[in-house]
Amino acid sequence: MALRAQFENNNEIGVFAKLTNAYCLVGIGGSENFYSIFEGELGETVPVVHVSLAGLRIIGRMCVGNKHGLLVPNSTLDTELQHIRNALPDTVKVQRVEERLSALGNVIACNDYVALVHPDLDRETEEIIADTLKVEVFRQTIASNVLVGSYCVLSNQGGLVHPNTTIVDQDELSSLLQVPLVAGTVNRGSEVVGAGLVVNDWCAFAGMDTTSTEMTVIESVFRLNDAAPSNITSDMRASLIESMS
Amino acid sequence: MEYIEQPLQSEPVKAQILCCECGIVIEPNPANMCVGCLRSQVDITEGIPKQATLHFCRGCERYLQPPGEWVQCALESRELLSLCLKKLKGLNRVKLIDASFLWTEPHSKRIKLKLTVHGEVAGGAMLQQVFVVEYTIGHQMCDECHRTEAQDFWRASVQVRQKAENKKTFYYLEQLILKHKAHENTLGIKPIHGGLDFFYTTEGHARKMIDFLSAVLPCKSQHSKKLISHDIHSNVYNYKFTYAVDIVPVSKDSVVCLPKKFTQQLGGISPLCLIYRVTNSIHLIDPNSAQIAEVNSTNYWRNPFGAICNPKQLIEYIVMDIEPIMDKDRKYFPGQGAISHRHVLADIWVTKASEIGLDDSTIHTRTHLGHVLKPGDYVLGYNLEDTNVNDSNFDKLDRSVVPDVILVKKHYGDRSFRKRQRIWKLKRLAEGDTAFDPDANDFHEFLDDLEEDPDLRQNVNIFKDKTKQIPVDTFDNQDESGPQISLAEMLDDLVLDDVEMEETEN
Repeated sequence: MALRAQFENNNEIGVFAKLTNAYCLVGIGGSENFYSIFEGELGETVPVVHVSLAGLRIIGRMCVGNKHGLLVPNSTLDTELQHIRNALPDTVKVQRVEERLSALGNVIACNDYVALVHPDLDRETEEIIADTLKVEVFRQTIASNVLVGSYCVLSNQGGLVHPNTTIVDQDELSSLLQVPLVAGTVNRGSEVVGAGLVVNDWCAFAGMDTTSTEMTVIESVFRLNDAAPSNITSDMRASLIESMS
Repeated sequence: MEYIEQPLQSEPVKAQILCCECGIVIEPNPANMCVGCLRSQVDITEGIPKQATLHFCRGCERYLQPPGEWVQCALESRELLSLCLKKLKGLNRVKLIDASFLWTEPHSKRIKLKLTVHGEVAGGAMLQQVFVVEYTIGHQMCDECHRTEAQDFWRASVQVRQKAENKKTFYYLEQLILKHKAHENTLGIKPIHGGLDFFYTTEGHARKMIDFLSAVLPCKSQHSKKLISHDIHSNVYNYKFTYAVDIVPVSKDSVVCLPKKFTQQLGGISPLCLIYRVTNSIHLIDPNSAQIAEVNSTNYWRNPFGAICNPKQLIEYIVMDIEPIMDKDRKYFPGQGAISHRHVLADIWVTKASEIGLDDSTIHTRTHLGHVLKPGDYVLGYNLEDTNVNDSNFDKLDRSVVPDVILVKKHYGDRSFRKRQRIWKLKRLAEGDTAFDPDANDFHEFLDDLEEDPDLRQNVNIFKDKTKQIPVDTFDNQDESGPQISLAEMLDDLVLDDVEMEETEN
């Protein structure tokens, strides 16, 4: 299911929210309408947590995570960290990262298995990512952009990348990620897809400006039409069984 | 050796994306929209007026180039294009690629311009757009035309007048002006009853005209000026100058009666004289003694005299007998003025042509025309005996010395015949023969005079009349047709034909 949302008249909802298969973080201070859209869609399955990081609302750009863990920048206050730990499920490991490129959401894009990171990221950070999020880490660029987190959105079903990504690059990324990728836009032609869109395995939220064409692309590449949590778990179970066997 | 063909290094293939508006497959571009959607969303020609007005002066057919210049440009010309483009305000925000005219009816007062512009739209995409601007031509009179229209364009005028019945001097003046091109600087020439007005932009031109007139004709001029405006701060005065030129009111072939005192100044010439020529002085001849005198303009205005007989009163006579008077028979007196040697004094007996056969009596008189007259000729003269003359000088004359008839010139047959025979013409100042004379007869008389007097036509440009054929049998009727102007004296008129010249190959 793909929905449109707006954060205080701002269409860049990826900046103010972080959505994974296990939890959803939203920046505090937004109107109730913004939270209602998330809670209405996710409330039954995953917790929707109101957080701030270092006193800022732009949590979507500052942290990165998947169902296994959450990385927050070093500037995160202790109280904020404590609040997040309390609110998230126990299975999710929350980790502070001492990294020069502190906008982790901009420099890291990940799903539950693979992460694409900024080429200049610290080796220690890379190790933390691999340990905490339990992913394979690849240093990549997207259409010659180093901010992989801004220009690409990933789920376990698929991925949306910067519209200028060449076919060759798409093929390479797709083989690394083992998910289908498509070049596309959000928010009526905006190429900063990471900022305009948050997605997990069964639902997506895009900015209010996103056109129906863009919605169709998003729904099809992330396979949201037939996706419901139960379907996913069965799919996952099947793939897990397959991988274990 | 064989060369291994290098695989062509092509640009990496970009993924095709869907246009965010309509969903068709496009190459990604900065706006990520297809051209059609982009065009429907943004208009780069926004802010460029699609309609404008050009100002056009109908009088001089020029366009206004703001702020104050008027330029002449043809329809669909480069100049007009640049003028039109300057009218569009917002063109600096886009890049003009092409501009061309769309055809419009020349009288429609519309000019259409097709413009192609490049503009940058949101996200750095360049968009090309073609649009049409329609110009409406509005009429606005330019300053110069406005002045002309308001009759406010002349600074100085020269009013030439001759207050006389006999206007031959005026025709002569007209030809002189044409020959010397004295009318070149005029703004306009306006025929007024009794003369001509010449208009000039500066006083200097008018002065030049005055100098010319006083050099060629006996005349006097008066000068006046009218204050139009003045600036008390800069001491600039704006005047209109008017020169009134009075040409002596006597002309060729008129008979004048001189004051007694003046005749003594002129070498004791008889008071009754015939004017036989007017140049820059008046040439008088006494038909009784062939004595001649010249009166220049200063002398004339000091002792003015009027005509007592004018060419309208000329009567036709027939010469019955003529006897030249030998030099020895003439009377001379000391202090006498010059005597013409080109004229032959003769005793002559004439009869009125209208009374021939009715009355056999002949009239005796003396004439200076002995060299051209022979018995049987027609001659024109004034019948002084029967003429009522109102002239104070004439009244003082002793009636016994007044001749009955003063013969003026030989008459060469029918005037209309001579008119037909004439293979030359004159230029006129004002178009149309009757521009400043009510009856064209005066002018034809002037033409006759030109034929008869070679001295007169020295100062006149005579043109061949292309419409008349030169008669081949000139010798047969030379006697009856009278004097003629030889072809050598005529000029070819300038004729402009639109015949294309052929290129000559070397």
